[in-house]
Amino acid sequence: MIPTHYYLILSAILFGLGVVAFIFRRNIITIFMSIELMLNAVNLAFVAFSQAWNRLDGQVFVLFVIVVAAAEAAVGLGIIILIQRNRQSLNVERVDLLKL
Amino acid sequence: MNAPLIIFFVLAAMAILGAISLILQSHPIHSALSLIVVMVALAGLYLLMGAEFVAAVQIIVYGGAIMVLFVFVIMLLNAGVEERTNVSKLAGWAGLPLAIALMGFLAAAVARSTDRVQAAAQTGATAPTKALAGLLFQEFVYPFELTSFLILVAIIGAIVLAQREKEKIRP
Amino acid sequence: MTDFLAQHAEILITLVKIALLLFIVLTVNAYLTWFERKVVAHMQSRWGPHRVGPHGLLQPLADGAKFLLKEDPTPAGVDKFTYFLAPLMALALALTSIAILPFGPDPIRLFGHDIYLGIVDLNIGILALFAITALSVYGVALAGWSSNSKYPLLGGLRSSAQMVSYELALTMSVVGVLLMAGSFSLRDIINAQAAHPERGILGWNIFPQILGFLCFFTAAIAETNRVPFDLPEAESELVAGFHTEYASFKFAMFFIAEYTSMITVSSLCAIMFFGGWLSPFPASWTFTHYLPSAILIPFGLWVIWDGIHYETIFGRVILPGLGTVLTVIGVVLVAFPFINEFIQGPFWLLGKILFFLFVYVWMRGTLPRFRYDQLMSFGWKLLLPVSLANVVITASVILLRAH
Repeated sequence: MIPTHYYLILSAILFGLGVVAFIFRRNIITIFMSIELMLNAVNLAFVAFSQAWNRLDGQVFVLFVIVVAAAEAAVGLGIIILIQRNRQSLNVERVDLLKL
Repeated sequence: MNAPLIIFFVLAAMAILGAISLILQSHPIHSALSLIVVMVALAGLYLLMGAEFVAAVQIIVYGGAIMVLFVFVIMLLNAGVEERTNVSKLAGWAGLPLAIALMGFLAAAVARSTDRVQAAAQTGATAPTKALAGLLFQEFVYPFELTSFLILVAIIGAIVLAQREKEKIRP
Repeated sequence: MTDFLAQHAEILITLVKIALLLFIVLTVNAYLTWFERKVVAHMQSRWGPHRVGPHGLLQPLADGAKFLLKEDPTPAGVDKFTYFLAPLMALALALTSIAILPFGPDPIRLFGHDIYLGIVDLNIGILALFAITALSVYGVALAGWSSNSKYPLLGGLRSSAQMVSYELALTMSVVGVLLMAGSFSLRDIINAQAAHPERGILGWNIFPQILGFLCFFTAAIAETNRVPFDLPEAESELVAGFHTEYASFKFAMFFIAEYTSMITVSSLCAIMFFGGWLSPFPASWTFTHYLPSAILIPFGLWVIWDGIHYETIFGRVILPGLGTVLTVIGVVLVAFPFINEFIQGPFWLLGKILFFLFVYVWMRGTLPRFRYDQLMSFGWKLLLPVSLANVVITASVILLRAH
């Protein structure tokens, strides 16, 4: 049996790496992918706790997180397409003024 | 050093390497591929924990639909290699130690609280999918119906956002 | 040494099974190309391959040698990592899906270990197959994009959009079968159809789930990019679609991946809707157990007769030998009822798989292809509502029966 805190430490490391990617990358799509990485890290923590307490509520919540991530990815990528169309660049530093 | 522990370390290493590759790759498509590797590694970890339905859903929905959406958008927008703009020397030098400090703090907080959380005796019931479905449709039926509405709103939103401007209708 | 073998027997048996199954699947793929070319040719009133070996039977060897020895250029400007990853991913995923299929009900008893026919029996069998199908979209999309050329990019995008659209109808059309069987495991699905062995063919899932089967088969043809859904790789439309820029061996990898997924889909149709390894005759008709021999012995004798009158010397040697082997197998099955009972399950399953492969090839020779917008509207506006309706009807009937 693998102790639960192994999974939680892995989840913390993945979450931290997601935060690092979010802060240091400049392409909007990569920043969006780092958000997905953070959500995955949280999912891992949920499933680890679901196994630790031997209840299935954690896994149900993981399903909801996956569904919400899908909806958010769809709308977020729609917004990214619009940004590319209006400013002709995917660099997040060029999206810093309300004026085009 | 039994087999589950070895599998755990292999999958954990795969996930961490994938995440580091996400940070370090210059082209967004390579970052997307690294994220897919992370998701498959996490699905393996869910299988190791006995959450088989969640593992399958992770690969089908996250790896097979959401990441396909990302890859499509990267291809359609012809995203190229990232350009280096406004690199602050302070951020470059102080960023990595601060990130490691954050991760270390989180990991230490987790590791110190291990006495509260004990590992379960057995890995999952005989029919976890049936029990999961029972839970989803009885106790959590209200959030379930709300998520279906959320997906509908997201579909309409994505279509409206991404469509081209219509020509003005001449009277 | 034998101590190590005894302790790790399970892993060794599985490794041997994997190697054997890989060999069998790759050989079946090669001869499936021969089968397709022969059947399409005869439908078009021409011969097909008949020079290389008797009846063209060595044509796959010639094709394999060509693929291995041809020059393999890499176009300029491709994204190297993705260009090499795409065919690898397509092939690996297609071959992995074979590991989940069961091939027979009874285990072989060898050295004190029960060896089941099939690499593993997952209790999320169908879901794992759908996961692999979901991931195989990447092989196509990345191949199209990394080729740095217009036609592959368009072909890749169209093909992956088509695959993602039909994936929904594919998974929905199977839910009816899952509701009836109560489990994701493929062995449990077949055993649920074996609940009344005296019904024979009437116990199969095809009769309650005829809508589901039609939706599944249509969606599966679209998933594997075959005619009539093969616009993304049609020659007159897009040169060769997403695999235009791929040369000898990488093209062969895409080719093998496509034929292997054809075999997987045929097996799934046979397992989920047509009773898998169950015989269509009721269990009380034990004389039907001689059917394999009744097919093999006359066929072997015909091959011997055909070989004696064949035009080339090589054919006059090989074909009678092949025919003798087939006849001997048929006689052995009659003489040893123990082996005959064991072979019944795999015989029926392989027969059904061959039938579905024939239907695939038949459609290739017969139907014209869909235009892209017709294809997409067919998937979203017809198949998805019909498969959803199938789920609702099946669930209602099960609920009403339970009362």
